[in-house]
Amino acid sequence: MPEYKRSNMLADKPSGYCPGCLHSLATRLISDVITELGQEDNSLNVISVGCSALNILYWSGDFLSVAHGRAPAAATGIKRTNPERLVFAYQGDGDCAAIGLAEIMSAANRGENFTVIFANNQTYGMTGGQMAPTTLIGQKTTTTVYGRDPATTGYPMKMCELISQLEAPRFVARYALNSPKGVREARAGIKKAFEMQLAGEGFTFIELLTNCPTNWKMSPLDTLEYMNTNTIPYFKPGVYKDVTAKEAE
Amino acid sequence: MVNINVSLCKDCRYCVKFCPKQILKTSGERNERGHFYPVMTDADKCISCAICATMCPEGAIEVTKGGEEA
Repeated sequence: MPEYKRSNMLADKPSGYCPGCLHSLATRLISDVITELGQEDNSLNVISVGCSALNILYWSGDFLSVAHGRAPAAATGIKRTNPERLVFAYQGDGDCAAIGLAEIMSAANRGENFTVIFANNQTYGMTGGQMAPTTLIGQKTTTTVYGRDPATTGYPMKMCELISQLEAPRFVARYALNSPKGVREARAGIKKAFEMQLAGEGFTFIELLTNCPTNWKMSPLDTLEYMNTNTIPYFKPGVYKDVTAKEAE
Repeated sequence: MVNINVSLCKDCRYCVKFCPKQILKTSGERNERGHFYPVMTDADKCISCAICATMCPEGAIEVTKGGEEA
C-alpha cells in the first residue's frame, strides 16, 4: 500500500517554480486531494496572472486561464453553467488581494459554489519582488527598500479575516505550508472545502501561507524559519469560519 | 521504502531537514538540470513516515510501506 504516490494530475516533469517554492507544494497538495476524491476528470482549475499561473506548465487536468485577478468572476460563470464540476480558482496575493479584490469579495458575498485557494507569499514574485498588499511591516521589497512603512503603505491585508466577516462564505481557513503539520492540515482543509463544494454548500476559501526564496533573497530552508518568526505571528493559521461545525453543534 | 525521482529534484533540502531519522543526505551528484539531489543513507532505519514526501514541493519522493521497492 503506497504511503505517498504522486498524483496523475501532474505531468511527469518538474514544475515551473523556483527551487523550494511552496507554490509547487500547494499545487501538489491540490492534485493529491483531487486524485483522492476521484475528481481528476471533473476538476477545473481557474488561474489568472502571477506565479500562481505557472502551474499550467505541468498541470494535466482541465484549466482556464483568465485575466489578472478575474479568476473568481470567470469561475462564477463556469460553475453556474457546469454546476457538477469541481471548480477552484488558484490565486496569488497580488492577484487576489490587490487587482482582484473586487472579484473575490463579490464572489464571496454572493456565496458562489466554488473554492478559492489563495497562496500568500507576501510579495509579487513573478514581476520581481515588489510590495504586495500582504507584505509584512518592515519587510524589504524592491519597492519598499527600507522596509514596509505603514505610514505610507498601510498594513498587511488579512484576507481570511475580511472574508469570514461576510454572511455567505461557508468555510474560510488559513494554513502555513512551512512544516509537515501545516501541510497535513492544509491538505485536510482543501479536501474539506472541495467536499463542501461537491455537496453544494457554497463559497469556500483557503489561504495558504507560502514563501518566495528568490525575492526574499534567502535559501529555501531560511524562508521556512522566516515564516515561523515573522509571517505566522501576523497571519495566524486557523479556521476562521466553518458553518458545518456550527450546524453539527 | 523511499523512492526518489531525482530528475524532478530542485535541491530545496526540505526532505533532508524534516526527516525524523536524519537518513536523507544531499549527495554530491547532480541531476540533468544541475541540482544536487538527496540520497538515502540508511534504508534500514526508514520508518516510512512519508514526511519527506509531505514536504517535497515537486512530488519527487514516493513512499511505500514495508521494505519492498515500488
